[in-house]
Amino acid sequence: MTAHTLAAPPPARASGAGALQRLSTFLYRHPMLALAILLGPPLAWLGGVYLGSLLALLAQSFFYLDGFTGLIVREFSLRTYGELFTGANLDIILRTTVMASVVTLACALIGFPIAYYMARYAGPRLKPLMYLGVMLPLWSSYLVRVYSWKLILAKEGIVTWFFAKLHLLWLLDAILSTPVIGGPSLSTAYLGTFIVFVYIWLPYMILPVEAAIERVPRSVIEASADLGAPPRSTFRHVVLPLAIPGVVAGSIFTFSLTLGDYIIPGIIGSSRPFIGQAVASHQGTAGNIPLAAALSVVPIVIIGIYLAIAKRMGAFEAL
Amino acid sequence: MSEASFPAVRFLEVSRHYGAVKAVDTVSFDIADGEFFSLLGPSGSGKTTCLRLIAGFEQAYAGRVLIHGRDMAGVPPYERDVNTVFQDYALFPHMSVADNVAYGLMIRKVPKPERRARAEEMLEMVKLGDLGGRKPGQLSGGQRQRVALARALINRPRVLLLDEPLGALDLKLRQAMQMELKALQRQVGITFVYVTHDQEEALTMSDRIAVFNLGRIEQIGRPGEIYEHPATAFVAGFVGVSNLIDGALAARLFGQPAAVAIRPEKIRILPEGAPAPENAWVADGRIRDATYLGAASRYYVTLDAGGEMVVIEQNQRSGAIDTLGAIGRRVRLSGPLGEALPLASERAA
Repeated sequence: MTAHTLAAPPPARASGAGALQRLSTFLYRHPMLALAILLGPPLAWLGGVYLGSLLALLAQSFFYLDGFTGLIVREFSLRTYGELFTGANLDIILRTTVMASVVTLACALIGFPIAYYMARYAGPRLKPLMYLGVMLPLWSSYLVRVYSWKLILAKEGIVTWFFAKLHLLWLLDAILSTPVIGGPSLSTAYLGTFIVFVYIWLPYMILPVEAAIERVPRSVIEASADLGAPPRSTFRHVVLPLAIPGVVAGSIFTFSLTLGDYIIPGIIGSSRPFIGQAVASHQGTAGNIPLAAALSVVPIVIIGIYLAIAKRMGAFEAL
Repeated sequence: MSEASFPAVRFLEVSRHYGAVKAVDTVSFDIADGEFFSLLGPSGSGKTTCLRLIAGFEQAYAGRVLIHGRDMAGVPPYERDVNTVFQDYALFPHMSVADNVAYGLMIRKVPKPERRARAEEMLEMVKLGDLGGRKPGQLSGGQRQRVALARALINRPRVLLLDEPLGALDLKLRQAMQMELKALQRQVGITFVYVTHDQEEALTMSDRIAVFNLGRIEQIGRPGEIYEHPATAFVAGFVGVSNLIDGALAARLFGQPAAVAIRPEKIRILPEGAPAPENAWVADGRIRDATYLGAASRYYVTLDAGGEMVVIEQNQRSGAIDTLGAIGRRVRLSGPLGEALPLASERAA
């Protein structure tokens, strides 16, 4: 047989080529198959396990709990979502959202100067140390750190001691007697919850902001100075707008992590619940899985609204 | 003394060191008002550092930098009457083209309508009139280059600094932009200080050229002077191609032991044994290699007296397609004695 086609494979270079090489050649000639093999497992994970469970959660939120029997009624209904807008649940949502916003704002205000210094001024020896300083807390147990803060902020803790040594106890008392944010001690006040939230999530703000500022080329900053802009104008018109996508990325972390956290407000602060705690108790002790699911949807919706606003305000134009 | 009588830029024994590296080493020169002045040299020769010293991004360690007679020591970039076209253009990626161009006016708090009108005018001048609404990311390299130029010129600086602005463009576009830049400079009549490592570009555009090497200036002069009368072996080798003849070989060829440079296009290839022309040197040798360049051919000739010479011959007849056939042929090289350019043995310290 001498029939040959244009697509006839060339003879193998070495007749003794191993099975692996033949497999490689086969995959080289069938790129779609290679792609399917490489992308299949992660896509199955993402699509099936990850998004699937999220959709299952979403589906649960459209069922409702029968108040008399205590059983879940598996029919489509918006009753559970209606419950979200009753007094206690609305309070929880509002409390959590306000806390998440304030924590995000504080993280941005504290994180930006640190990130700016790291990106623009830290030398080759200082910068790795600063990275280490920012990330080191992430390497130790979250629970240990939160309980340490419980001790630090307690009435007998180091903060009170420090204020006492400076003869500033009156100041601490004045702060703690502020309505809403105050309380008997920092560890049982909203202020304490806020401090610990800011501490825990700050690295998630610093790192993306630092990356965004580092991406601004030096020549662009020089060009601004060259065109007559003193440093503060350069910061306002060039550095800040180019860093905003980093701030938005960081704020998505701090905002959503605060919205979903249920450990910190349980350990530090007044005992009034946040969304995370409400979800935990509804799906656990109360057995109201539909309400727990509906509450879980709230942060997703809030983040969605936040991103839509950020996009409309042009936060991503420099991407 | 009126301000007009000052040079646009004056360097007085300026030095700038980075650690032990002398980026700029005791450099002095004057750039006249309205001149197109090029700083030419290989990378690391100090030309860009000089430009940054004028712009104010660097400060001199020693010596003085004066712009229109004013000492620039301690004067930040935003208080200098110069503007820069950056090598990577350095456009603001988050602003439209029009906002980029109007940036200098915005900083100076020029009212918005005037800003817009002048930005449009500048964009017209660089032939980008209809692209004001785009973002820099949507432009080609050549277009970005023009935006950078318009942005730098809108402040009407008295000195414009250009840091290899054409380096990223392809050859055809680069040649077109060279002509345009030169025309633009005549039109606006301001001083251009132009950094380049491309000797052809410098020869094409400049009124005068300063050739840099290792942080120092080897020679300053008009393009013709630099090319026809290179002061040092470095200049002869960097600006165009030269056959550098050392003292020993020169003694054998010309009877005088002084190093000279001979341009390859100023050598003729004669048949073997041809009589020596009057007032000319001759050297016998064999063509070792040859390359066909289209408009010309280049021959590498091994001399009997030792060494090698490069010769370029215009391909005036189509018979030149036989360039490669010349390899191995014995020839006699000849050139006018006056075109053997004497070189300073060592550059003056």
